[in-house]
Amino acid sequence: MSQTEIELLPGSYDNRTLTDRLLAPITSPPRFLTLLMIPAAFGTLALFGAVAYTFLVGIGAWGNNIPVAWAFAIINFVWWIGIGHAGTFISAVLLLLEQRWRTSLNRIAEGMTLFALVQAGLMPLLHLGRPWFFYWLIPYPATMELWPQFMSTLTWDVAAVTTYTLVSILFFYLGLIPDLAAARDRAKTLRRRRAYGLFALGWRGSARHWRHYRTAQLLLAGLATPLVLSVHSIVSMDFAIAKLPGWHSTIFPPYFVAGAIFSGFAMVVTLVVPLRRVYRLEGIITVRHLDLMAKMILLTGLIVSYSYVSEAFIAWQSGDTFERHITFVTRPLGPFAPVYWLMLACNVVVPQSLWFSRVRKTPLALWIVALFVQVGMWTERFVLIVTSQHQDYLPSSWENYTPSLIDGTLFFGTVSFFVLLFLAMLRFVPFLPIAEQKELLHASKRERTLSPKEAGDVRPAR
Amino acid sequence: MSALLGEFDSADACAAAITTLRERGHAPLDAYMPFPAKNVEDALELPPSPLPRFVFVAGIVGALTGYLVLWWTQSIDYPLNVGGRPTHAAPAFIGITFETMVLFACFTAFLGMLWLCGLPRLWHPTFEVDGFDRASVDRFFVVVLDQDGSRDELTRAGALRVVAVDLEGGTT
Repeated sequence: MSQTEIELLPGSYDNRTLTDRLLAPITSPPRFLTLLMIPAAFGTLALFGAVAYTFLVGIGAWGNNIPVAWAFAIINFVWWIGIGHAGTFISAVLLLLEQRWRTSLNRIAEGMTLFALVQAGLMPLLHLGRPWFFYWLIPYPATMELWPQFMSTLTWDVAAVTTYTLVSILFFYLGLIPDLAAARDRAKTLRRRRAYGLFALGWRGSARHWRHYRTAQLLLAGLATPLVLSVHSIVSMDFAIAKLPGWHSTIFPPYFVAGAIFSGFAMVVTLVVPLRRVYRLEGIITVRHLDLMAKMILLTGLIVSYSYVSEAFIAWQSGDTFERHITFVTRPLGPFAPVYWLMLACNVVVPQSLWFSRVRKTPLALWIVALFVQVGMWTERFVLIVTSQHQDYLPSSWENYTPSLIDGTLFFGTVSFFVLLFLAMLRFVPFLPIAEQKELLHASKRERTLSPKEAGDVRPAR
Repeated sequence: MSALLGEFDSADACAAAITTLRERGHAPLDAYMPFPAKNVEDALELPPSPLPRFVFVAGIVGALTGYLVLWWTQSIDYPLNVGGRPTHAAPAFIGITFETMVLFACFTAFLGMLWLCGLPRLWHPTFEVDGFDRASVDRFFVVVLDQDGSRDELTRAGALRVVAVDLEGGTT
């Protein structure tokens, strides 16, 4: 066994102590959790307040108007859904690639995906203007005898985001079933035993069941992998199919997917660095994990940087006056120039520090880089969405854009709601995969005692 | 159906016991374990799961459903002429067709898994066995059909203890 794999293993545990260690966060939750939940709950309340206000007044309560018809709602939507992508990437793509390091992180990342999707879904719904008619987007035999216009990318969005959310729920829940059974069996009170027992669906770890279970897990991973690529590609087509300068570009699908994974890994790092310290999980989520995630951030960051260069080149090469104006005048020199330069600093310059192993392996330094990336990716969507609209083909209709207080409240509200949901998960759900860690422990113990050839036969069938 | 549960403290001991039982003409039916140990599954000689076939069919049905809905609504039931563009526009249908394919396939994978396992269920005879709760923690249980000598064979194979269970309807 290589040095690398030893570093990925949870300290010196046997199955029993490992189970108790991994269940400890929910059997004896730390007190500070409730304390942290209070501000998050107030932020969530502010979100609901802003949502209610938007319902009552209409989207005139927001800063967007013609020509900038899309603003915060769409920025937040794209930002949140992008964050979700890293969760699916860790749990599905790395599962298929037999990357063992994912085991410590996948549950946290899948939960993050789910909660990010909740925030993402809220945004276009509110942006509908009359959100109570959202079902008009679904093809159902209406008395009006009309169907949704499926040539519009916005209906593709509905299909992609709905599918992605439902599949993420299934994936998250499927992974949880054996661990909920462990939580049920180690529960100290009858009430907890019943609650976890109900959600464990009567799982008893039968070898026959494991066989179906693992097949289902692999199938879901195999399906979620192209799904995750399709979702942000479809989101990018909302822009790419439109004719606006700065939007109408064929590089958008891969550029968006890379950006999504970039921001998503940054979010995982943002959540995991404090988490491992507070719960003393340094032996389970090791420096090696952080190092690998940092490398993913660096790689996807380079793809994003390349996309910026390519965008600029194509704008210049197209010879189109408006493309050139947006790319070389409005963005770097216009009213939103500070946001543009902040974007370049956060997404292109700061991630270069990850070339240094010292930065990758120092949790605090990595955490700070991750925060920069999050800010960078939010500003990227701002630059992309707002600048292209505020100066388009008709100079007489050029108009500036200022977000309203409700816009800001909605954004910070979704951050609070996300944090609240995440803390609730830490409180009630076994967020460290138990069965998978045991499988890893079993496989590596055998590898240590058997010859590589024999050991090859007992590696988990992944 | 009466059966015996033999408790073991490792996957390797459990797998070895299953192999021995099988060689001596007993009928090991199943094993309960906290994680999917491949050597135990191999020792039981379980057939592969039929789930991939279900999912494959569901994926095709999903893709066809998606595409047919798009084609019928856009091109047959209510065609809209937008600047003379075709109402049956396959490239514009790719996205949604793909998504419905994934959606149908994923739900089939999840629900099919539950159906094949006979889950959810609130109660199972093994839940009455004292100490069976360790099957999700660190113990491995072998289920053997209760025949002559099965009990002794389990003990000889190194079972920590052997308990009789009545598997109603024969579901392990």
